[in-house]
Amino acid sequence: MYVAVKGGERAIDNAHRLLASDRRGDTDIPEISTNQIAGQLKLAVARVMAEGSLYDPEVAALAIKQARGDLIEAIFLARAYRTTLPRFGYSRPIETSEMAVERRISATYKDLPGGQILGPTFDYTHRLIDFGLAGDAVPEPPAENAAGLEPAPHVTRLLNDEGLIEQNATRSDAPPRDLTREPLAFPAGRDLRLQNLARGDEGFLLGLAYSTQRGFGGSHPFVGEIRIGEVEVEFFAEELGFAVTLGRVQLTECEMVNQFKGSASEPPQFTRGYGLVFGQSERKAMSMALVDRALRAEEFGQDVTAPAQDQEFVLSHSDNVQATGFVEHLKLPHYVDFQAELGLVRRMRALHAAARADEPDEAPPEEADEPVEDREAAE
Amino acid sequence: MIESPTEEMPDIAARQRAMAAFAEANFEELASVLTGIAAARNSVDLRRPEAGLVMLRGRVGGDGNAFNLGEASVARASIRLVSGEVGHAYVLGRDTAKARLAAIADALWQRSETRPTIERELVAVVEDRLGQALRARQAQVAATRVDFFTLVRGED
Repeated sequence: MYVAVKGGERAIDNAHRLLASDRRGDTDIPEISTNQIAGQLKLAVARVMAEGSLYDPEVAALAIKQARGDLIEAIFLARAYRTTLPRFGYSRPIETSEMAVERRISATYKDLPGGQILGPTFDYTHRLIDFGLAGDAVPEPPAENAAGLEPAPHVTRLLNDEGLIEQNATRSDAPPRDLTREPLAFPAGRDLRLQNLARGDEGFLLGLAYSTQRGFGGSHPFVGEIRIGEVEVEFFAEELGFAVTLGRVQLTECEMVNQFKGSASEPPQFTRGYGLVFGQSERKAMSMALVDRALRAEEFGQDVTAPAQDQEFVLSHSDNVQATGFVEHLKLPHYVDFQAELGLVRRMRALHAAARADEPDEAPPEEADEPVEDREAAE
Repeated sequence: MIESPTEEMPDIAARQRAMAAFAEANFEELASVLTGIAAARNSVDLRRPEAGLVMLRGRVGGDGNAFNLGEASVARASIRLVSGEVGHAYVLGRDTAKARLAAIADALWQRSETRPTIERELVAVVEDRLGQALRARQAQVAATRVDFFTLVRGED
């Protein structure tokens, strides 16, 4: 028999009213504006844009406010919002070599064209809490160098000149596959893998990337280059017959240079892993590049032995909206399922007791059955 | 859809440049210029201004095959002026009112009577603002460039 249970509407309404009031908090304290979030919590906004897979700082800032700073909840809101909008089409591929860099570093070459540009980085800070920020101290204006910047070509191009590094496949005009239009199937090509990783959870990818460094599918990586900055986005408009510039987006790109691959016909050369993420998001871009390289194991004839090399494991569990949906659904009412399990465990215990009653007495009492019962009860 | 491409090529490049400026312009910049132009009035919508998505593509390794990176919100509009010119706009963000003004600016740019005003008061102004902002930012960023020097150690 299935019994539908109703009720709880008023409790739900009142819970949401309480949530709205708690979100606002103490009304003697000024309310936070989405402009403040977009301007002063920019890296949180970047994370919501990247994993929400929607470049829109205003929407991301509002989602952070609505989610009370819970970034995975905010990412969920951004994903839900994007489903309400029509798709106009696909941009032309963004040319990151034309980025107006705000940061650009390489761990492989000290002196490189364009130089090592630190930009607004946490690196080399002492990670000491700055109590001055709790007050209203005005920061020093940034230093300036009127000479400006030189062109900064991709570092991998320097290695390409000597043939020391894997070249990317000749560009094909075939449109890349799109995860948002077709379900993920295995084996997935590198285009689908990169799309999945670009919107994947930063924490999950960071853990996987770390696992490769600790020996679970290692590839001995170097940061060939990290660059952060704005790039123009172009869109081919059918009604115009030419491409129009939509505006600029900020991206973080990471190219990892990894140990060698060679064959009877090809001399050994470095291999590559690639990361590209919305906004200023260096940890995510680096993790993505390490995991991208790990997922190329088969392509380079390596045994797939580690979690980070297993496409199905990585790509099926990287999406935090899916993950949080499935984990968090457990807290919703499961009263009927649990009733069924209760009935089952009672029957099993009755059978167990009957079996014991039938057994001869010499069964050693030390080998108590308690652990088994505990396990069953816990299911 | 491409009208006599060979003759219009230089025009297309100039129009692309102007449309890029309209996309980067803010609502106030567009509105303040367009309110002063009589031909901008009473335009009709060919396509109601709407917000939607464009899937942004990157390249594997920065220079290889394309892959889908993630979507961006984009507003678009298409209008026709009373004098007949059709203007289009696609701009990042969800500001449909701005997209409509950008489409009007595009149409006005195509009229020889209004193009000089649009070029001077809108395209040049926006490009100038962007150029100044870029130079100022690049000066700040350039100050964070590392100057390596070598410490001489040991006997020579």
